Amino acid sequence: MASIVQFENVGLRYGSGDETLSDISFSLNTGAFYFLTGPSGAGKTSLLKLLYLAQRATRGTVRIFGEDAGALPRTRLPGFRRRIGVVFQDFRLVPHLSAYDNIALPLRVAGVSESDIEAPVREMLAWVGLTDRGRAKPPTLSGGEQQRIAIARAVIGRPELLVADEPTGNVDPDMAERLLHLFDSLNRLGTTVVVATHDFHLLNRIPNAHMMRLEKGRLNDPTGALRNPPRGAA
Amino acid sequence: MKLSLNPNAPDRRLLDESRRTRAMTWIMAIMVFLTVLAGALGLGMFAATAQLDRQLAGRLTIQIVEPDAAVRDSQVKALRTALPRVAGVTRVAEVDRERLAELLKPWLGDTGLDPDLPMPAMIDVETRGGNGAVVEQTARAIAPGARIDRHAQWLSPVRGFMTTMSWLAVGLMLLIASATAAVVLLAARSGLDTHRDTIDVLHMLGSTDVQIARLFQRRIAFDTLLGGLLGTVAALGLVWFLQSRMALVGSEMLSGVALQQRDWFLLLLVPLGFALLATFAARRTVLRALGRTL
Repeated sequence: MASIVQFENVGLRYGSGDETLSDISFSLNTGAFYFLTGPSGAGKTSLLKLLYLAQRATRGTVRIFGEDAGALPRTRLPGFRRRIGVVFQDFRLVPHLSAYDNIALPLRVAGVSESDIEAPVREMLAWVGLTDRGRAKPPTLSGGEQQRIAIARAVIGRPELLVADEPTGNVDPDMAERLLHLFDSLNRLGTTVVVATHDFHLLNRIPNAHMMRLEKGRLNDPTGALRNPPRGAA
Repeated sequence: MKLSLNPNAPDRRLLDESRRTRAMTWIMAIMVFLTVLAGALGLGMFAATAQLDRQLAGRLTIQIVEPDAAVRDSQVKALRTALPRVAGVTRVAEVDRERLAELLKPWLGDTGLDPDLPMPAMIDVETRGGNGAVVEQTARAIAPGARIDRHAQWLSPVRGFMTTMSWLAVGLMLLIASATAAVVLLAARSGLDTHRDTIDVLHMLGSTDVQIARLFQRRIAFDTLLGGLLGTVAALGLVWFLQSRMALVGSEMLSGVALQQRDWFLLLLVPLGFALLATFAARRTVLRALGRTL
């Protein structure tokens, strides 16, 4: 199976402090499901930032979609970001836009015409079970509803890679399970999914998921799924 | 993102319009108001200077100071015959003696009207193309003692003042335009801070810097255009009022300050110019700021 992401001896340092991530090497298989776990402060969010191109590695090589992310000029980053969906614990919805407009945002950014936007947005609203909440603004939605809108926004562009940073952190257990079901169904459609979580109850819900564990900025490999050498496709 | 003029278009909603302040519009209204006034002053002064040049460059007065009235009159007659034949001379007119006596009355009293008192004869000459030297030469050949006053010479301080005022107006316009660019720069930076979260989301979704810059530049251009139109209307109203007051004065020199149709048109372009300036300044500011992020 081809790898969609490869990290080779990646290190990340903010400013002049200690390295937040050290010697990270792994590869993610196309179409696989990954959990990224670890205690708070282990570097999960930093690793995800490297994945969704919000940060460049201080050292080492990050290859995404076959290209060295560190060598990509700024002008090429938007094109890469459009192939990656991101979901945050704090949702990061645009508060003054309706749920409909929030979901439509990636399509509008990509220059899709308004006539071609409505159908996929309605489909996404239905997929996340919020058909009748399209006109609602985020502040009027519950945490679970906001997170489902954020997921719909992240996947409407049919991303090749979906990155979720603690997506269940602000929702109750039932909603967490529903959200995970959405990620699973997306994964079944072929999207590579990486979910950072410290909720161990969720880990067993996706039987085929691989698990990465970060501790103090270093990666452990409890399932052995990442044992393959970084350069080789798994 | 497609950009639209429709106020309800989706791209118009990306930046929270409810959080905008009208300060920018009013600042631009004041800036454009001042610029249009300065522009009107500059255009008026340039026009008046040009008119002064046209009128005075070829205008001179020949004074024949001759105690013998017969000689004086014969010199006047000879000049009135010779001068119109000089190339470029358009008008030769002797100043009426009674009018001259009337002008001297405040200084000489009734004695000024005494026919025994020798009074100079004065001949006004207008030439086209400033051919004063030939006129002067001709006049001296006929009346060697004639004094010749070139109007341009004694009005040169006035002309100098008007030229200074014209360039002062140009300087003021440039100064205000620079201040406007600085205001736009601050507004764009403030907007970037205010909408930082939205911009982060847009970046994360794959927006290009140019797409984000367009949101700001269009918004600032609209504010500038709206404020600019308000300022222009107010300023042009004031200029029109002042011009109508000047017309009542009936001064030949002040009439030259009056704006022509072309000048009004140029002043109407000021808000458009400012909108373009603001658009450029906003775009540059936003692109430079975004260029420092990943």
